[in-house]
Amino acid sequence: MSIRYGLLSLLRAGPMYGYQLRAGFEGVTGGMWPLNIGQVYSTLGRLARDGLVAAQAAGPNGQQPFALTEAGRREVEDWFLHPQPASERPRDGLSIKIALAMSTPGIDARAVIQRQRTATMRDLQEHTRLLAHDDADLAWRVVLERLLAELDAQLRWLDRCDELLDAGLVARPVARPAEPESEMPEPASQRPRTAGPESEPREVPR
Amino acid sequence: MTAILDLQAVTRSHGTGETLVHALDGVSLTVHPGEFVAVMGPSGSGKSTLLNIAGGLDRPTAGEVRVEGTALTGLSRAGLARLRRRSIGYVFQSLNLLASLTALENVMLPLELDGVGTRRARRDSAGALASVGLDGLEGRFPHQMSGGQQQRVAIARALVGPRRLMLADEPTGALDSRTGESVLRLLRERVDGGAAAVLVTHDSRHAAWADRVVYLRDGTIADTAARPGVLGGAR
Repeated sequence: MSIRYGLLSLLRAGPMYGYQLRAGFEGVTGGMWPLNIGQVYSTLGRLARDGLVAAQAAGPNGQQPFALTEAGRREVEDWFLHPQPASERPRDGLSIKIALAMSTPGIDARAVIQRQRTATMRDLQEHTRLLAHDDADLAWRVVLERLLAELDAQLRWLDRCDELLDAGLVARPVARPAEPESEMPEPASQRPRTAGPESEPREVPR
Repeated sequence: MTAILDLQAVTRSHGTGETLVHALDGVSLTVHPGEFVAVMGPSGSGKSTLLNIAGGLDRPTAGEVRVEGTALTGLSRAGLARLRRRSIGYVFQSLNLLASLTALENVMLPLELDGVGTRRARRDSAGALASVGLDGLEGRFPHQMSGGQQQRVAIARALVGPRRLMLADEPTGALDSRTGESVLRLLRERVDGGAAAVLVTHDSRHAAWADRVVYLRDGTIADTAARPGVLGGAR
């Protein structure tokens, strides 16, 4: 998604060919998001198909520049005007892993949390080191700060997970659920129903 | 290379019998010149006890503490005070500076207490203030300076003269994030210049300036995060 809008934004400055767009995109994102030239041209191809950019006559060096169309210009403005929608938030792998660690018998959830904390901190340390260059470019710094904020947020969340363990909240242990209703039901007479607490659906504690 | 700070199997207990509590329980930590170590952990995990013991402000119940090769346990009170003045600088969240002294006088104080002549103390202190970007503000009193400037004075004082071990407890606590970052950047520079620092903090963003982050839990080191390629196995 953002390569598309990144290229459209860059083209507001005037027609550019693929290598210029790639250099511009990497410059703005501080090299944290490297692009290969194939991605640039395939994105340009889709943008041209959608009528958002138009290929122009090739220059003397044979490079073909692309220019923003009127529709493309509106598309970029629209993009800047609207907030980014929240992305598939709660389903990330780490939340699921920690939640499972807390509910799986025989797994030391605290150790899982601590291992993650150490790894995330290492990542944060590595990227914080980049801050030592105070003269950094603003766009690059913005991208870096977002990453630092995310790592920091993850560490805060891990601390919170520890606190929740300390608070004595008990995770429902992962149990083998009752046999699901089969697609092809067996004859009722051969399937004695065992009604008991284990087969009752339970509310997830909030 | 002699470690600036070396804690070996340090235990600090309070109470006896059934009320015995280990604030620290067998903690070992070695900090070399050029190393910046951050200590993190929940409240009551032993962070401040660790810092107090490292600085000779509290004595361990068991284990050994060495600062620049000198064992603190063998020292008299006077000897300990001298070692603290010569080797260790402290930076706390507040109450760092004496209100009745100027920035320069605050930095000069530990040198003069240690018998350094006024002329030399003045010269070294002015140099220390310049190194933290405060040249021109030597004559200001703490109340005439911003919080960030006051912490810079405290850092200058912590590392004036021969002192190379800086112990910091939430030194950026009262500062906005931008000023706090400049204080950490400065700590980092001083460490890269050959000092050593131990920083107690609850803020991961601040701890991440360190080479190593030590996690305390219930008085023991639960884990250590070392920046890749720099430490951990390297030393």
